[in-house]
Amino acid sequence: MAEESHSKAAHAGKLGYSFRRNLHERLIEVFLFLSAVFSVAIMLAIIVMLVKESIIFFQHVSIWEFLTDTQWTPLFDDAHYGILPLVSGTLVSSFIALLVALPLGTIIAIYLSEFAPFTIREIAKPFLELLGGIPTVVYGYFALLFITPILQIIFPELPGFSLLSAGLVMGIMIIPYVSSMTEDAMRAVPMNLREGSYAMGATRFQTAIRVVMPAAFSGIAAAYILGISRAVGETMVVAIAAGMQPNLTWNPMEPAATITAYIVQVSLGDLPHGSIGYQTIFAAGLTLLILTLVFNVIGHIMRKRYREIY
Amino acid sequence: MQINQEKVAKPIQYKSEVKNLSFYYGEFSALKNIDMALHDKKITALIGPSGCGKSTFLRCFNRMHDLYPGNRYEGEIILHPDNVNILASNVDPIEVRMRISMVFQKPNPFPKSIYENVAYGLRVRGIKQRAVLDERVELALRNSALWDEVKDRQHDLAFNLSGGQQQRLCIARALATDPEILLFDEPTSALDPIATASIEELITDLKNKVTILIVTHNMQQAARVSDYTAYMYLGELIEFNVTDTIFIKPKNKQTEDYITGRFG
Amino acid sequence: MMKSINNLEEIRKIIGKHKRWDLAFMIAGIFALMIAVLTFMALFAHMLFDGMPRLSWDFFTSFPSRRPESAGILSAWVGTTLVMFVTAVSAVPLGIGSGIYLEEYAPKNLITEIIEINVTNLAGVPSIIYGLLALGLFVYQLGFGQSILAAGLALALLILPVVIVATREAIRSIPVTIREGAYALGATKWQTVSDHLLPYSSAGILTGIIIGLARAIGETAPIITIGALTFIAFLPPSPMKSEFPYISFEWLMAPFTVMPIQMFNWVSRPEEAFQLNAAAAGLVLVVMTLAMNGLAIYLRYRMRKNIKW
Repeated sequence: MAEESHSKAAHAGKLGYSFRRNLHERLIEVFLFLSAVFSVAIMLAIIVMLVKESIIFFQHVSIWEFLTDTQWTPLFDDAHYGILPLVSGTLVSSFIALLVALPLGTIIAIYLSEFAPFTIREIAKPFLELLGGIPTVVYGYFALLFITPILQIIFPELPGFSLLSAGLVMGIMIIPYVSSMTEDAMRAVPMNLREGSYAMGATRFQTAIRVVMPAAFSGIAAAYILGISRAVGETMVVAIAAGMQPNLTWNPMEPAATITAYIVQVSLGDLPHGSIGYQTIFAAGLTLLILTLVFNVIGHIMRKRYREIY
Repeated sequence: MQINQEKVAKPIQYKSEVKNLSFYYGEFSALKNIDMALHDKKITALIGPSGCGKSTFLRCFNRMHDLYPGNRYEGEIILHPDNVNILASNVDPIEVRMRISMVFQKPNPFPKSIYENVAYGLRVRGIKQRAVLDERVELALRNSALWDEVKDRQHDLAFNLSGGQQQRLCIARALATDPEILLFDEPTSALDPIATASIEELITDLKNKVTILIVTHNMQQAARVSDYTAYMYLGELIEFNVTDTIFIKPKNKQTEDYITGRFG
Repeated sequence: MMKSINNLEEIRKIIGKHKRWDLAFMIAGIFALMIAVLTFMALFAHMLFDGMPRLSWDFFTSFPSRRPESAGILSAWVGTTLVMFVTAVSAVPLGIGSGIYLEEYAPKNLITEIIEINVTNLAGVPSIIYGLLALGLFVYQLGFGQSILAAGLALALLILPVVIVATREAIRSIPVTIREGAYALGATKWQTVSDHLLPYSSAGILTGIIIGLARAIGETAPIITIGALTFIAFLPPSPMKSEFPYISFEWLMAPFTVMPIQMFNWVSRPEEAFQLNAAAAGLVLVVMTLAMNGLAIYLRYRMRKNIKW
């Protein structure tokens, strides 16, 4: 017995697991694990922070009032805390943006993936990527000082701030996201499906619409969801070009505030930490987070359900 | 019906004639001066070691190479009865593909229902009448021996079928439009032996109904199903003859070596 | 017998009709691309036209001012540089570490799946939410105040998913034979990672870092939320000192402004002269982000060309 353990120990020096080396490896793995877990911590921190401040907010304001009151005037003497005006602004501006971004982004993706010659694709793709990298504050400037004046020529009654102008520019801004993800999804469709369609005498357009798009459905759906969630969460374009007045309206020709624009507006002022005004932006932020998380979850389910059908 | 046709002596009928065909992928010459003919309503097999250009040759018949840039044909493939050179630049590849169907190596059903897969070629032609579609889909499914298995679930997704069924579905898809020539590119190489047997049986059944050109890596398969066999090597057509002759007494030494397994 | 559907005349007519659809769509595609191209050109031209006259040496070396013609972006670009430094220093190691873990170490279990879903979700969280987190956590809870540190960390959290995803993709593209080769020579897991996988994927990771930082440079919303929109007419304390220990971290806690905030500040003013300043600042900002993204695209292009496996 003693003999045996002795010989084992002698061996361990050469071929057995080295304790020090093992410890070193374990430490590194633990460090790497911690950095990976950090991202979960961020998400938890976001939720805890938003919920914590929102709970205090909802001790002052009933959820019923928050969801049904048609005015949002937390900074006035006659304070109202109805989120509806902010939601309507968010939805209208997002709707206009998506009206621009989804069709154009899809057309560009189909064109680049199925029609365009190699050289055009090689030029257009990086160009679109650059377009997607332009800071949003610059797009806001562009909406306010370039697009709005042009729109005012067409609609003379359009005010200087409007959901229409902000929405249009936001749409153009989102095109690259939609088009690049949609194109990726379409290019992931295996070539033999396309060949099957072409071999039946189908044209490019028929192949793209009837075979490639259905096959890439999950990826395209995910791209749309991403577009929606970007439109809902976009801040600077609406804060600059749509005005920051909460306004319960469905008319894109009016100025209005979105959830994000309201947060910017409050942050620009000097609100004391812990005041009800301070808490409103967390309640607004929580609403926004829930909206975008719902979209993300739908996108995730879409991708899971339709993954790898070919 | 079958017996009749074989008994009646008639002049040799070609469905298609290949004249001095060469093909280039960019600078690379993949096919060199091929002369050959497809007999009408017969099965012609293309055999040869991998990389010999047999699939490349097959894909010339429906101009699949037009899908990718840098490809170039030289020579002619004449399609009878109208004597048109289908490789001519003024001939629309789409028209060629509507007349000559193809079944691929790996089953490639579209992400659609069984019914819509078969109806695809008809819809591409703009046929919309439900009755016509129903009738043709049923006929094609019967001809590909799939009808009994799927008649009650035609609207299921085609991916739910087994591999062999998927390949028969692809054959039905190709048959639905009444093609003049049917191309098979190693149709059983991705299938198990049982599915392979059913596909081979199906191909034999199609004899006398449609002209068939089949690429196969499997010599027994060529011997079993085909009437004529062409042996290709390094982009050249080495020997082309009645299948029995090729397998029993080939004229060319190279062919013999390949057939007897001394090479390839 | 069924009526034949293979009348050549009819087939040709149908093909002709379908080809017109092809052509129509082709035109639609080019038209849609053109909208994107023209918008970009209009944006760039408009800023160039308005902002170019303001771009001078003085513009880069002056503090913001009440008089638009003498205002500049000195504090803004210094602030941006320092904030980006904090962002890079904190996001890069964390992001690469997580990427390596998820790609090479993570076992297939629930925790790994949660982390993966979470990274995807983080990438979809609107940037202003990160601002709210930073406001509550860094500014107040941890007492960093409205400082360079708080802003840099906020942006680091924002670009963390970008770095993680880029690291994973770069490492994943290395063939398994390289790993096996290293293990076969007796390398440990970490030796395999640090001697082989990291060096071979460095170009891909670098591309991701540059894209992430380019995004962070232009981010406005989270920094406004922290409460940094103030009139800053001074520079943070220098990181270098004349006496021991020669390095100072006081600047981390200093108030600051950054380029996009400065631009937003000028855009929101009614006077036209300030909007010219906004155009000039925007021009600088756009050129910076375009240059960074362009560099990333170029790196990726070179990488694809030089790939050997």
